[in-house]
Amino acid sequence: MKITFLDFEQPISEIETKIEELRFAQDDSALDISAEITRLQKKSLSLTNGIYAKLTPWQISQVARHPQRPYTLDYAQHLFTDFEELHGDRNFADDPAIVGGLARFDGQTVMIIGHQKGRDTKDKIYRNFGMPKPEGYRKALRLMRLAEKFEIPLLTFIDTPGAYPGIDAEERGQSEAIGRNLYVLAELKVPVICTIIGEGGSGGALAVAVGDTVQMLQYATYSVISPEGCASILWKSADKAPDAAEIMGITAHRLKTMGLIDKIINEPSGGSHRNYPLIMQSVKKSLQESLKQLQGYSTEILLQKRFERLMGYGKFKEVKVK
Amino acid sequence: MSWFQKLLPPKIKRKESGDKKVVPEGLWSKCASCESVLYYSDLGNNLNVCPKCNHHNRISARVRLDLLLDPEAQYEIGAEVLPIDPLKFKDRKRYSDRLSQGKIDTSEDDSLVVMQGSVMTVPLVAAAFEFSFMGGSMGSVVGERFVRGVQVCVEQRLPFVCFAASGGARMQEGLFSLMQMAKTTAALTQLSQERIPFISVLTDPTMGGVSASFAFIGDVVIAEPNALIGFAGPRVIEQTVRQTLPEGFQRAEFLLDHGAIDMIVDRRKMREKLANLCTLLMKEPAPVS
Repeated sequence: MKITFLDFEQPISEIETKIEELRFAQDDSALDISAEITRLQKKSLSLTNGIYAKLTPWQISQVARHPQRPYTLDYAQHLFTDFEELHGDRNFADDPAIVGGLARFDGQTVMIIGHQKGRDTKDKIYRNFGMPKPEGYRKALRLMRLAEKFEIPLLTFIDTPGAYPGIDAEERGQSEAIGRNLYVLAELKVPVICTIIGEGGSGGALAVAVGDTVQMLQYATYSVISPEGCASILWKSADKAPDAAEIMGITAHRLKTMGLIDKIINEPSGGSHRNYPLIMQSVKKSLQESLKQLQGYSTEILLQKRFERLMGYGKFKEVKVK
Repeated sequence: MSWFQKLLPPKIKRKESGDKKVVPEGLWSKCASCESVLYYSDLGNNLNVCPKCNHHNRISARVRLDLLLDPEAQYEIGAEVLPIDPLKFKDRKRYSDRLSQGKIDTSEDDSLVVMQGSVMTVPLVAAAFEFSFMGGSMGSVVGERFVRGVQVCVEQRLPFVCFAASGGARMQEGLFSLMQMAKTTAALTQLSQERIPFISVLTDPTMGGVSASFAFIGDVVIAEPNALIGFAGPRVIEQTVRQTLPEGFQRAEFLLDHGAIDMIVDRRKMREKLANLCTLLMKEPAPVS
């Protein structure tokens, strides 16, 4: 797979192109230029590490939206065995922007729910760019209840620009669908582990992101509104998106410091899309740890901890009232 | 001056300024909907509902709670919770300045007021959003006051009523605001466990993060006539789908038609309705009017 490079990765892109050229030349040349290739590869790696060591929040949000980034179904395929996708909300339709189903994780049955984006244009449209409609959230709700009924842990994967803002979505009660999931996740009697793998876009993300452990990939983002949306409302100009990204605190690092997420999963150099096996391994390890920890609690303690954690969100001051 | 006026100067000359009739401020009001000219006092006596066309004007949180609750024994809940600026947020204005401005404009410290009291002698806790305070946006203070209101309900077995009027989550508090959606909604699970009613009243406007959290989780969901209620704002939807929106889209009547709410209640009937619904759900005798 040819890697798509982002704007700020242009220096890396140039070296990678050169490496490609040399590889091509090597095939039909007697000269051995492998030493040169190795040297360039080293240079590319150190350049990547250098650039990725000081990414701005806005650049991180570009990585989070990278078109080659692993999506929910990639995780479903690599982390689990015997995945059985389950479809439909039983009321209206099947929403391809949210996928879910049963699978085995280290031999243990789990329920998976996650947003799904598309790869090519056709697929993107089919998946509605990962923006769910009410039927998507209601499918998720059905699977949550199914997991609860059979006492199966729930693993969610978050990657959406947001819930779909469309006429039909409003007609079918987008607000209610999201609110209902928040409510049900708060009291669901099984362990819930939420992993933000790409874009955590506002309420559309939160509707499957309330759980006992919330973990985030290093270059994922999670925010109340997209940087562009925030900029166009508060600055009246979408060009200010980088400023909005900076100040809103949307990166894993900032959110961990603020106590809003529990864990950061480190990504391979240059982002998850550069090395699928490595990121799969890291996510798997983290899920194993969290699951083991959560399964050590009784349902009562689990729910109590979850409730306390939810009630603890927020920063304010308290004064004495006369 | 146009060439025509030069040719034919107007016979009646309008005097330069200073001759305008002075209308005393604050006596008259024009209805935003039917354009009838109304006395402010008439409008006020009619709970800010236009007597001509029934247009429900927006009202402040305190006025709302004053109109709703019986005058005796009102206690405010959560007034001790005050906003801070956790992100040191600054766009074109500082968040701290917006908070101060909001306080100057509304005399409130944040956009939710919670009161314990009674409606037609039915004891309850009522929360109301102050839309004029930063668009009624939900940040940490709103979430915490909401939860404290719910806690009083759980401790004293009182129904909880919330009047929503909000543009959504408060961007200036970043993800802390988003988490208030989860926090407020989760608090409602406690009411359910204790079989205490939560009645959600959606007023103009109820959008975004408030609409998509606790607002639709009421055991009964009520809307005021013609209130704008939805997840995404009409402009955002128009830009996304590139279509003109149907007439009455996202209005209370539209929601009732689509099965999203239980009923539309005129503000002048709100006390009776709420008292009746609360007592019905609590299996208590009908309130005395």
